[in-house]
Amino acid sequence: MSTRLNNLVDVTEDIAREHGLTDDEYKMIVGHLGRTPNMTELGVFSVMWSEHCSYKSSRKWLKKLPTEGPQVIQGPGENAGVIDIGDGDTAIFKMESHNHPSFIEPYQGAATGVGGIMRDVFTMGARPVANLNALRFGEPSHPKTRHLVAGVVSGIGGYGNCIGVPTVGGEVNFDASYNGNILVNAMCVGTARADKIFYAAATGIGSPVVYVGAKTGRDGIHGATMASAEFDDASQEKRPTVQVGDPFTEKLLLEACQELMASDAIIGIQDMGAAGLTSSSVEMADKGGVGIFIDLDKVPCRETAMSGYEMLLSESQERMLMVLKPGREAEAEKIFHRWGLDFAVIGELTDGHRMVVHHQGEEIADMPLTHLADGAPEYDRPHVATPKRPEFDASNVTHPAIADSLKSLMGNSEIASRRWIWEQYDSMVMGDTLVGPGGDAALVRVHGTQKALAMSTDVTPRYCFADPIEGGKQAVAEAYRNISATGATPLAITNCLNFGNPERPEIMGQFVGCLDGMGQACLALDFPVVSGNVSLYNETNGTGILPTPAIGGVGVIADYNNAIGSGFTQADAHVFVIGASHGALGCSLYQRHVLQDEAIVAPPAVDLQAERAHGEFVRATIAAGAVSAAHDVSDGGLLVALSEMAMRHGIGVSSQQQGDSAYWFGEDQGRYIVQVSADQLAGFTTAAQAAGVNVNEIGKTGGDELTIDATLTISIAELTRINQDWFPDLMSGKTA
Amino acid sequence: MQAAVIVFPGSNCDRDVAVCLEAATGTPPLMAWHGDASLPDCDLIVLPGGFSYGDYLRCGSMAANSPIMREVVAQAHKGAAVLGICNGFQILTECGLLPGVLMQNTGLNFVCRDTRLTVSNAQNAFTHLYQQDEEIIIPVAHNEGNYFADESTLASLQEHQQIAFTYGAGDNPNGASLDIAGITDKSGKILGMMPHPERRAEAALGGEDGKRLFTGIVESLA
Repeated sequence: MSTRLNNLVDVTEDIAREHGLTDDEYKMIVGHLGRTPNMTELGVFSVMWSEHCSYKSSRKWLKKLPTEGPQVIQGPGENAGVIDIGDGDTAIFKMESHNHPSFIEPYQGAATGVGGIMRDVFTMGARPVANLNALRFGEPSHPKTRHLVAGVVSGIGGYGNCIGVPTVGGEVNFDASYNGNILVNAMCVGTARADKIFYAAATGIGSPVVYVGAKTGRDGIHGATMASAEFDDASQEKRPTVQVGDPFTEKLLLEACQELMASDAIIGIQDMGAAGLTSSSVEMADKGGVGIFIDLDKVPCRETAMSGYEMLLSESQERMLMVLKPGREAEAEKIFHRWGLDFAVIGELTDGHRMVVHHQGEEIADMPLTHLADGAPEYDRPHVATPKRPEFDASNVTHPAIADSLKSLMGNSEIASRRWIWEQYDSMVMGDTLVGPGGDAALVRVHGTQKALAMSTDVTPRYCFADPIEGGKQAVAEAYRNISATGATPLAITNCLNFGNPERPEIMGQFVGCLDGMGQACLALDFPVVSGNVSLYNETNGTGILPTPAIGGVGVIADYNNAIGSGFTQADAHVFVIGASHGALGCSLYQRHVLQDEAIVAPPAVDLQAERAHGEFVRATIAAGAVSAAHDVSDGGLLVALSEMAMRHGIGVSSQQQGDSAYWFGEDQGRYIVQVSADQLAGFTTAAQAAGVNVNEIGKTGGDELTIDATLTISIAELTRINQDWFPDLMSGKTA
Repeated sequence: MQAAVIVFPGSNCDRDVAVCLEAATGTPPLMAWHGDASLPDCDLIVLPGGFSYGDYLRCGSMAANSPIMREVVAQAHKGAAVLGICNGFQILTECGLLPGVLMQNTGLNFVCRDTRLTVSNAQNAFTHLYQQDEEIIIPVAHNEGNYFADESTLASLQEHQQIAFTYGAGDNPNGASLDIAGITDKSGKILGMMPHPERRAEAALGGEDGKRLFTGIVESLA
């Protein structure tokens, strides 16, 4: 193909189609230009108008999400969202998908996903302080699963460990719908002083446009277009469009950028992510309301004879585009050269709001910026709502013994310990990780302060599939709950919306439904969206994934000494459930994995008022010192949550509570289990009455067993063994 | 006393260890750049963890040949104390200040977790605040921490009490010979270790077992 990627080829409608443009879109481009585009211009338009860059199917619905609040400094539309965390400090964060590349080449796909999201965050002036991820793989028994898990985990670790940013949390699900289309969503959180935030907008006619970082090669050309198409069996042939990451160069780029950002030389800065030099230059100039001239002969290349088309569309990693104040080039160049990085003035800002590109002394493109940046058509794709599902029918169910069900769940793919994964991530580098992987939310101290950020990634795709609205609500609510359980106040979310082919009305209906639910939850919980990413066309051979709107929540606690963990910490403490337990088994792990019932029924309903009230109550009682451990109740219900709290520090629990399988394994929402020491009991129950919150004492801590009177006794050691063995057994080929 | 932390491109625990040194000495250490050909006289030089030069070649081998390392080696020979943590340990073996090599973990994966260590020699300049054979917990985070040396070198390390730390029984994360987690030179003033004491020098981070290493060396040099 590469011999064709230059202006010697005349553009036809067939070539436009090969670039993923519809005939109508191509006609629009011809209209905007007033002529037939040349090959370079077609390439640029095709990536800027790809689903990945233009959000053309999703924009209409994204606009409806709540994005404002007093805590929001920068909402969606920049490289990352920015929130106020007090004292002049900010948290800057975003989550992004790297699904398609990770399926084709798991190590590099995942690694460059992590590298890309970190650049989005440090482009804005932040120092990245935490990485998280949300991963979805096919069935454990699928022949590709182990290979993909091993490669993705290794790639995430390989990049994050080297650059020296701790990977502190994440979530993993396995489901057959991801067999041919795994999801790799990477989230990065950074911190910056509020007066040192950098934006993309480029201003000042004549200001120099500067390229820094690694050299440009042919890797990743049309990665954004690939991410905007369905997979088929021939997708492996797209391996060359997967970028190759170099975390060492990114570390140098991070340090060099931080050093330059300490001065006031930068006007605007933007990383070269999807669609590389093209999207970065278009976005910077468009946001600043100026034009841009680029001379490709100045671009540092690591391959010879690259055409202008290839240079503009390359997705080589670890590169940044900056606009500097005129006259500050020399001081910036000195910094980048000290770090051994390329630095080149490749153009300047112009008036006229056009993008003009020269190569080998000739003009090879001249395009109107407005149409490149925002000109892609916004589609209102047909959508049909997911039908209402029947309630779970418990009438003819034979329940196994509760002890057997518990053991089965603790060793289940969805609940088994993820230690095998997170021990491959450096979770402690930077010396501020207070709570790493394995808890409800990770806690990372804001360096040199008493504050800590609480972070969690959450979504339950099987709920979203059964009922997109309730599933969308639940994803946001679970992130809210996980953060609240540490004592931190939830502040804002980022999201990564992974769906199938939006051209199918039922898929579009899932998208619309999930966003509806998410929006309701964000509003009710005062938990706005500040950044995000959409990944559509997650299908292989026409089979879509479960709708997976992954949520990355961020909160803050003013004094980390007041934060608590999710495990029991003492014997003879009282154990309470906050929130009502009705025994909701619909779409529960119990239904799927213990009863082996695949019927699509209604998932648990989310009462957003109760969520908020319970979250506020948990945070208040933690702050008052009444609650000394808290864990949200999610997958697997009460008994799994109790087991997890006991396993954390090996402290058992005994309960006199009488309940059936639905009680112990139901997944009613809005619930927490908390530990209240004897001397705090009166204060806790009084506070619950005052707040009107449903609390129910279910047992006492102590011993080294989980005991439910007349129902079961299991040693914590055995639960731990069952829970810990599954992943290593899978990866060593012993199971599945 | 003058302490310095060498910053290689790709070092990523330089700030973490500087925090511990400042806590132990009361003043921030000198941060010395890899490309510098000179280094002020130092009492203690720290080679921090990370991925120096990306570690795309054998870990630590590029760093061992950087300009600053000629100075580090020269000062070590004049009696300066040197501490190499993780990648720093790899650099110390690569530049010949410590014997042996660090191979890839036998599990073939990067491993980051707490490990139980035994203080095998509590007599040297770094470890004297620990009890002999005391069990402590310090985390590791590495892909190449599998200490290897030939039989005679291992015998010599044992004979001269150069094994400072060993992994607790059943807790060897990387397959290291003799469960070695850290060794010194014969003088006991050059220490290389895979575990990260700077990550456990504060109660909020899970414990303070690593703190005595820093206060210990500072006391020794005072």
